[in-house]
Amino acid sequence: MFYREAGDFKTSYAADGQTFPIAFDRWRYFAVLAIAFLVVPFTINEYVASAVLIPFLIWSIIAIGLNILTGYCGQVSLGTGGFMAVGAYAAYKIMTAAPELNIFFVVLLSGGVTALVGLLFGLPSLRIKGFYLAVATLAAQFFLVWLFNRVPWFYNNSASGQINAPDRTLGGFLITGPNATPEAKYLFCLVFVFGMAWLARNLTRGRLGRSWMAIRDMDIAAEIIGVNPLKAKLSAFAVSSFFVGVGGALFFTVYLGAVEVGEAFGINKSFLALFMIIIGGLGSIFGSFAGAAFIVLLPVFMKNVMVGGFGWPTDIATHFEFVILGALIIVFLIAEPHGLAAFWRTIKEKLRLWPFPH
Amino acid sequence: MMDGGSFVTPDGRTIGDVLMEVRNITLRFGGVVAIKDISFDIREGEIRAIIGPNGAGKSSMLNVINGFYHPQDGEIWFRGAKRGPMKPHAIAHQGIARTFQNIALFKGMSTLDNIMTGRFTKMRVPWWQQAIWTGPAEREEVENREIVEKIIDFLEIQAIRKTPVGRLPYGLQKRVELGRALAAEPKLLLLDEPMAGMNVEEKEDMSRFILDVNDEFGTTIALIEHDMGVVMDISDRVVVLDYGQKIGDGTPDEVRGNQDVIDAYLGVAHD
Ligand SMILES: Nc1ncnc2c1ncn2[C@@H]1O[C@H](COP(=O)(O)OP(=O)(O)OP(=O)(O)O)[C@@H](O)[C@H]1O
Ligand SMILES: [Mg+2]
Repeated sequence: MFYREAGDFKTSYAADGQTFPIAFDRWRYFAVLAIAFLVVPFTINEYVASAVLIPFLIWSIIAIGLNILTGYCGQVSLGTGGFMAVGAYAAYKIMTAAPELNIFFVVLLSGGVTALVGLLFGLPSLRIKGFYLAVATLAAQFFLVWLFNRVPWFYNNSASGQINAPDRTLGGFLITGPNATPEAKYLFCLVFVFGMAWLARNLTRGRLGRSWMAIRDMDIAAEIIGVNPLKAKLSAFAVSSFFVGVGGALFFTVYLGAVEVGEAFGINKSFLALFMIIIGGLGSIFGSFAGAAFIVLLPVFMKNVMVGGFGWPTDIATHFEFVILGALIIVFLIAEPHGLAAFWRTIKEKLRLWPFPH
Repeated sequence: MMDGGSFVTPDGRTIGDVLMEVRNITLRFGGVVAIKDISFDIREGEIRAIIGPNGAGKSSMLNVINGFYHPQDGEIWFRGAKRGPMKPHAIAHQGIARTFQNIALFKGMSTLDNIMTGRFTKMRVPWWQQAIWTGPAEREEVENREIVEKIIDFLEIQAIRKTPVGRLPYGLQKRVELGRALAAEPKLLLLDEPMAGMNVEEKEDMSRFILDVNDEFGTTIALIEHDMGVVMDISDRVVVLDYGQKIGDGTPDEVRGNQDVIDAYLGVAHD
């Protein structure tokens, strides 16, 4: 009964174009923000932070990034893991080369470096499409992992071949390193998620976002209305890689702390990101969050309910996780190509009319 | 009809100077000659029809004009200047818009978003201001939205504003595509069979929109159409193609009386 448009008239085009046109949605959004910033930090513990919250936040940024490229601009990428690695290694090199630099800027700069690398690997998209582009990005994935493995400069010649995040503080609080508190790590990631989701929302609703969608939906028609395919595709690669790079930098500095590239940023990370946006919803910011939440929560759920609750052996639960994931992806691809976001929209549409559907 | 001079149509509209001219265009696909040494002009403010049997080379001609095809021979003059080889998106920025024979809408977007996307060449705010949104980007968005709403009113498609275009019936999709082309406020509007597959009523609506666009905004229009009744009714001048060659050019009455045209096209049963 509360979910209504009636009496909620738009009197300007600016109001009609806002992110949450329905008042109830707007209030729920502010409530989520208030809880995320004001309640969660005081109730967080080490397990919830490292198993659920921090990976969810970081993966959300990465999923938004991939969604910009694939969901909005229609360019499939299997190189997400590789670009996360670029963000991580850029962060490592910047941190060790400029120890004085604030960790906040380290993460942003790492995103910038990844954007440039993404631009480079986006060049083939000007010539090739669809399946062939996917294969080209797959090549980028393997090349980047190989590069960070083989060239000692990237890991400062460390004997283990690993990179380790040195301690860095922000406003007196430790953000990276083994002694950082879950509260500090969580809030640091949350600020990035909030800012970047806001940027993504703005970019996708304006001229640039429409040029991406035009290329995705019908590239010749995009051209005749003046969209330069080169600019549209490369900007999507750059913006997307910036997001993925920031995600990769946070993944390394805040979440893992120590990284062996093949393990942390292998091809399975590329697939995970792709699963997130397929399940969450292509071309939807909200869908990116929903997909990230789903993929992050699934193993936690399996572990706690199947292993903890029903007493299943761990390896069976892990295999079963893959079965569920695979089945769900098939279901979503066939039944609801726009993912959880569309599912959510349908429910809202029903609610809007409830209890009188006619 | 003197070269270089303007003239007044029977219904009292003034047709101005030459806006677009194609000179001796030849276009080949391998062995197929799609266009053979064709020249004609389009004058400011007129409705210029391009007619001819299937495969005559009409769509190819539009594709040459808006840069999808590059002719092996010939020159294209637009607004008094010879045009070098250009990409379609650059030509769009010069003020040429078009619709397609087979609808080419952005299927994942609503009617409103399709037409807003048509404003692409008119929006200027740089990307970093779009990223911040508040301020210039939002202002520009609202200004352009106002213009788009006028187009939506003009085409009488208010009710389908937020509908994803994939769900619309064929006739309305054609109308939305016209709206997207109009959104660019083009100097020259190319319409490839805007009424194909429509019933009589829809054709009448579309004819009225085309006449109104020409009348109210002074937009120059070149259109391809198979329905002779419509062509004779709404166009100022007609160019007739057959097997890639030009066989007639003039007012509807002149073309109707041209023996070559009668033999090649009007005389034989078509469609
Ligand atoms: N991209 C292409 N590659 C090869 N041949 C082409 C191409 N485009 C057009 N043609 C050929 O050029 C000729 C003219 O085609 P065009 O589409 O211009 O005809 P049209 O007059 O628009 O016909 P219709 O009334 O059927 O739309 C045809 O013989 C066609 O097969
Ligand atoms: Mg044609």
